[in-house]
Amino acid sequence: MEKFVTIQSAAVTLPIENIDTDQIIPARFLKATDRTGFGENLFRDWRYNEADEPNADFVLNQPGVKGSILVAGRNFGCGSSREHAAWAIYDSGFRVVVSSFFADIFKNNALNNGLLPVQVSDHFLQAIFWEVKRKPDTEFEVNLEKQLFSFARLKAGEEFEIGAYHKTCLLNGYDNIDYILSRKESIERFENERVRAW
Amino acid sequence: MNRSTLFDKVWDAHVVEHIPDGPDILYIDQHYIHEVTSPQAFTGLERRGLSVFRKDRTLATADHNVPTIDQHLPIKEALSRHQVEKLTENCEKFNVELFGLGHKYQGIVHVIGPELGVTLPGMTIVCGDSHTSTHGAFGSIAFGIGTSEVEMVMGTQCLLQNRPKTMKIEINGELGKGVYAKDIILYIISKISASGGTGYFVEYAGSAIRSLSMEARMTICNMSIEMGARGGMIAPDETTFEYIKGRERAPQGADFDEAVAYWSSLVSDIDAEYDEVLEFKAEEIEPMITYGTNPGMGVKISENIPVSATDSSKESFTKSLEYMGLEPGQSLLGKPINYVFIGSCTNSRIEDLREVAGFVKGKKKAEHTNVWIIPGSKQVEQAAIDEGIDQVLKEAGFEFRQPGCSACLGMNEDKVPKGEYCVSTSNRNFEGRQGPGARTFLASPLTAAATAINGQITDIRDYL
Repeated sequence: MEKFVTIQSAAVTLPIENIDTDQIIPARFLKATDRTGFGENLFRDWRYNEADEPNADFVLNQPGVKGSILVAGRNFGCGSSREHAAWAIYDSGFRVVVSSFFADIFKNNALNNGLLPVQVSDHFLQAIFWEVKRKPDTEFEVNLEKQLFSFARLKAGEEFEIGAYHKTCLLNGYDNIDYILSRKESIERFENERVRAW
Repeated sequence: MNRSTLFDKVWDAHVVEHIPDGPDILYIDQHYIHEVTSPQAFTGLERRGLSVFRKDRTLATADHNVPTIDQHLPIKEALSRHQVEKLTENCEKFNVELFGLGHKYQGIVHVIGPELGVTLPGMTIVCGDSHTSTHGAFGSIAFGIGTSEVEMVMGTQCLLQNRPKTMKIEINGELGKGVYAKDIILYIISKISASGGTGYFVEYAGSAIRSLSMEARMTICNMSIEMGARGGMIAPDETTFEYIKGRERAPQGADFDEAVAYWSSLVSDIDAEYDEVLEFKAEEIEPMITYGTNPGMGVKISENIPVSATDSSKESFTKSLEYMGLEPGQSLLGKPINYVFIGSCTNSRIEDLREVAGFVKGKKKAEHTNVWIIPGSKQVEQAAIDEGIDQVLKEAGFEFRQPGCSACLGMNEDKVPKGEYCVSTSNRNFEGRQGPGARTFLASPLTAAATAINGQITDIRDYL
């Protein structure tokens, strides 16, 4: 996993609630057996029409829209456990997803792939939407060390929560599986001390 | 005073270590895998030079991306064929037991685990599929995970997990006629929304839950994720033990008796403390149907679509109804339906098929309605054939197909065409879930069957 460094970037906004993982990447694009290339099908059915031509009114198809921060309405990532959703977002160049509420499995999948989920208040989320609508190139800063998401120009923002374990992993690029492998003795001891197998 | 919940008891019995200010290392008793979310995990294991740590706790099947006709022939679509072959290859290489296509135990992963007696009370169970919550019906902690976590469990038989909060949902009273498990869970989700359970693990309790069969309890727990909850569970009781007894992989004889003694202790203490408690009256529940694009957007079938958003922004509500081609305040009864899908890990078990067959016997489907009925497993399919259910369904004009996830997620060729309406017994009505542009109404198997016969959305109570 890559180390998470402080990001300053414009944001791509999707002011829609309950964006489920079937919207992030539809099931028919889950047939690949490796982790790469999912970005091209991110938000596939919103991004392209039936003839596979870009829908001009979808945000990712609009000229000048760019950035490594995705901002979306509440309950982002609900539905299926497909990690392909996190891969598709990361593969498209995003490093941060901001919402006022995340589905649990999506949040874990994001953290396991170096994609930072930033949960902000509903009020602050609306402020971001409003500001980007007014001025699409508005820059934001994401500082994981300080746990702060802010308007870069104003230096004003909101603190966000993240557990100490995941913060350390992201800042250092540590891999969860390496960590848990280092606890193998404890796992075997646990197995041996159990009274029953189930 | 003892204040532990059922969840606490099972979770605490599986904590290997607690990381200070971090997650728990949770031991996993049973890992189910399938073709779609496992290939990258096997690749990861290989890259690390690891083997599957506890092969006897790992079981694989092919279900998400398999055809539901001509399963004896090679899969036509190249990418799907490759994905299913990759699972076989990986299971051979890593020595994992696989119930692949054609095997007598193949089927939807959440159907085969319980029917084989692999899923047992008090276990921790995971799978790279959000509907793993199904297995909670046995009083186990069961939840869906991503592929990195699949790799973690393969490599260590453990997961790093933050302990969720607990919620009790109690439903007391007697269910009315025509009201099934599916209606109960759709009702709950319509009340608390598609995100109302996020951050929680749910325990379902109360007299209405106790009265349900195991298969009905599985339907309830299955859809816990649709309110955002990681999982749902029901304390095991005589109904549970009776279901497990004699199943092929379940403990037998004296081992079974010993197991029952332990399983009987898996109940929440009288003074158990939950972070949230909700109560509903069974009498309030009617046959349910969804009208929008998340499972929380549901109404009693006799009610109209709300005139305005109940728990989302006006924009999201409008976008949802536009996608569905529906108007605020509209009634759904009588709406013509061209597709009916009866299947999925929510409602594809033998009891579901029995209920449907009992209703359609001697009736014919509407001419314009296509009806797909997909048994949850080879064992369900065989039981349906043995009981003559397949004949009843065929005589009604229903297509009785072979096991798999099918049109629930539209990964294989079983897709509902763009713009068409489908009354579906599955679990998600998301945009495009059943195929690009497909419009889904979630309902119980009986509501789906009555709709198939009438060719329009029908209140099953009109027939009872």
